[in-house]
Amino acid sequence: MVYSLSVNGRTQKVDVQPEMPLLWVLRDVLKLKGTKFGCGVGQCGACTVLVNGTPTRACLTNVSTVGTRQVTTIEGLPADASHPLQRAWLELDVPQCGYCQAGQLMAASALLARNPAPTDADIDTAMSGNVCRCGTYMRIREAIHQAARAGRRT
Amino acid sequence: MKDSMTLPLDRRSFLKVTALAGGGVAIGLYAPSLVQAQGPGGGAAAWSLAARDYITVHPDNTFSIIAKNPETGQGIRHALPQLIADEFDVDWSQVKVVQADLDPKYGPQSEGGSRATPVNYDPMRQVGAGGRLMMVTAAAQQWNVPASELTTGRGAVTHASSKRTATYASLAARVAAMQPPSADAVKAAYKNPANFAIIGKPIKGVDNVAIVTGKPAFSLDIEPEGALCAVFEKCPVFGGKAVSANLDEIKRLPGIRHAFLVEAIPAGNNGLASGVFIVGDHFWLANNARRTLKVVWDEGPVATQSTVGYTAMAKRLAAERASAPAPAPAPQGGRGGGGGAAIGDAEAAFKSAAKVIEAEYYFPLLSHAPLEPQNSTAHYTRDGSLEIWSCSQTPALAHPARGAGIEPSKVTMHLVRAGGGFGRRLVNDYDVEAGKIARLVSEERMAAGLPTVPVKLVWTREDDMTHDQYRPSGYHFFKAGLDASGKLVAFRDFVASANSVVPANEFPRGFVENFQVTSAPVTPFDIPTGALRAPGTNGVSFVMQSFIDEIAIAAGKDPLQYRLDLLASPVAPAPGTAGGFNAARARGVLEAVRDMSDWNNRGRLPAGTGKGVAFQFAHAGYVAYVAEVTVGANKRIAVNRAWCAVDVGRQIINPLHSTNLVQGAFVEAMSHMMGWQITIEQGRVVQKNFNAYQPTRMNQVPASIEVKFLQTDFDPTGLGEPALPPAIPAIANALFAATGARIRTVPFGDEGYAWT
Repeated sequence: MVYSLSVNGRTQKVDVQPEMPLLWVLRDVLKLKGTKFGCGVGQCGACTVLVNGTPTRACLTNVSTVGTRQVTTIEGLPADASHPLQRAWLELDVPQCGYCQAGQLMAASALLARNPAPTDADIDTAMSGNVCRCGTYMRIREAIHQAARAGRRT
Repeated sequence: MKDSMTLPLDRRSFLKVTALAGGGVAIGLYAPSLVQAQGPGGGAAAWSLAARDYITVHPDNTFSIIAKNPETGQGIRHALPQLIADEFDVDWSQVKVVQADLDPKYGPQSEGGSRATPVNYDPMRQVGAGGRLMMVTAAAQQWNVPASELTTGRGAVTHASSKRTATYASLAARVAAMQPPSADAVKAAYKNPANFAIIGKPIKGVDNVAIVTGKPAFSLDIEPEGALCAVFEKCPVFGGKAVSANLDEIKRLPGIRHAFLVEAIPAGNNGLASGVFIVGDHFWLANNARRTLKVVWDEGPVATQSTVGYTAMAKRLAAERASAPAPAPAPQGGRGGGGGAAIGDAEAAFKSAAKVIEAEYYFPLLSHAPLEPQNSTAHYTRDGSLEIWSCSQTPALAHPARGAGIEPSKVTMHLVRAGGGFGRRLVNDYDVEAGKIARLVSEERMAAGLPTVPVKLVWTREDDMTHDQYRPSGYHFFKAGLDASGKLVAFRDFVASANSVVPANEFPRGFVENFQVTSAPVTPFDIPTGALRAPGTNGVSFVMQSFIDEIAIAAGKDPLQYRLDLLASPVAPAPGTAGGFNAARARGVLEAVRDMSDWNNRGRLPAGTGKGVAFQFAHAGYVAYVAEVTVGANKRIAVNRAWCAVDVGRQIINPLHSTNLVQGAFVEAMSHMMGWQITIEQGRVVQKNFNAYQPTRMNQVPASIEVKFLQTDFDPTGLGEPALPPAIPAIANALFAATGARIRTVPFGDEGYAWT
């Protein structure tokens, strides 16, 4: 089946089976390697992308269900790392192994888009679906606060 | 670049200089000291003395510096280049870090045992200091002034009195023609650590920008042009064999290009399992074909084994053997403790003790569960050679060569950033598999007149969790005797061992008159085991430091002060503990964490809240934690705060990353404590994914984990591992302080506890 996908503002056609998960369409057909594979069952959040702004597990999202909705991946954040979240991530040296961080950033960007001044509890609620095996949670929390402050200043 | 593999004629002249096309110069190192310990089996290393190139001076006065070791998130990719750059006296902004391929000229290239810092600290400084010395010498010659009048900084040499400055790049040609300095001269040229400008500074991860912008940075992102993707179905029972499979049906599925049934290649944990490879145009097609795959397995003898059976046998062994006086020999594969120990006469001392306590402790098998599942990409070419991209922690050409059935010399290996290691990637079964499937695919294609292609082997999470080399479980049967004053007079541990650690050298050995550790093997036990972060102590610390807490409570003493008192009273003649345990350093971290955590005022905490303490000597480092927990209704636990004091010697290379490592170790310890266990039924792993193996999540971590590094006058040692083990008993002991409930089995989730 040929599907027309809008990914990071660009519409592209892919010819794949309907039940192929969006994760693997992104990684292996569109060659966008930023979205990561961690568990395949929606438990770890490494594959988090935004679908019409909502954090979504790409590993559980069949390509046939995406339709005309807008998909945003980590590659849809500024390539110069100028997004307040990216800048906070760099300033606080958040990544350890770094493998989960694309998913963390996408979940965080959805949070800040709907809540520009999240509390610790808001952050915990929004981010607890995203596993960081290295345990960088405290810096992720701090980086979200820092990005929120930067976002409110601009 | 000219290859410089010549042996040094004069071992004192261990810096080698090679001119580069384009006006640069490369500075390398001979390091005889590195060629000792790390060969297979502890013998002589496989490589000979060879030139190593670490620094490239570019014409624009920027510098490429080699990161020799594999990076899995421990930060070594910047830590080792930091050492070179600081001694070379360049600005970090002038440095581009370049990952080395696997090459004997770089000596040991592995991550494990928290060894990278102690092994490389001095050699990396020598590279940088030697380079700087040559630059200074070159400038002195050029200006005809004494070298003693010259200073360096930001990659340039300055003669202050004549106001002349020369960049390293401008001196490169002169340096290329120079005789390298002697080892003694280089060491004499070391910076005073007080003047370090990069070492000890909060340098950030060199791949951070790639990570936050989604650039390919990890092993799973490697995809050479034309690559196919392979999955490998192994028998769910360890050691089982594939007898037959519906390969023809599989090969007819859309997008499936090849399928093979393969025999096992026995080689311990680095062997090839018997199973079925399916190769498709991309991962999802290949993996989806597994739903159609039908394999007839010969499950073999392990199919009769189970965790329930191991536990029953452990208890039987304890009943029969725990009181036996003579230490039984430790089983093969025991880590960290060696054989048993018998000092004094524990059994006699129990008889005369004023108080005796006994306790059974258990910790389970664990899977490593790095977030990036195992994978490896390899290309077997027409000339019989193999190129491979590996995320191994201990990369070795022999592993893919074994799979491909070729000589290791025919393998080229690139080291790729891994999404976590934790010890899983000390074993390279995926590289063996990648070598095998790469050759099978290329040979089948060559036979059909097609060009060879690279093959990317990808494991699912289920593959990863059910085919790991598991942290061995531990069955510990303790007994302690106290005199009327509460002093510990006898300590006994019997270990029913399933490749387990036998803690014969652990504290309180050396601080109690009568000390006995014995073990006997649980058999049969045929589950593959291996090293998880802090292999000697990651489970043992929980049982030993919990039981020490029980002893202190039985004595009616402050558990922290009780440890200090024990540590202050070595038993004469002091056997000490093995591995150079230094009681003063252990006391140092305990005293520091006591003060950081306001330990002595813990009596003011509200009901249901308590503080617990634990310390551990592991991998040459000393770490003590205090954790504060609150336990609510229905056994819901919150860790409110934690404090950690660390002594890993006189120099922290990167305080920012070091703090991160400690905090991450505490978060991992919370996973061990509450949620993680691997159990075996019918010879196969029960837990298949994170839903049954829950890692710590953001809403569960404490508000703060305060870390203090004590800088003591000892050589710097590693940090990735020692920070983990004592966090588990610190939380467990805090739970006891809060509730009076002593939990002797991890994970606590099995006892009905859960995070708030």
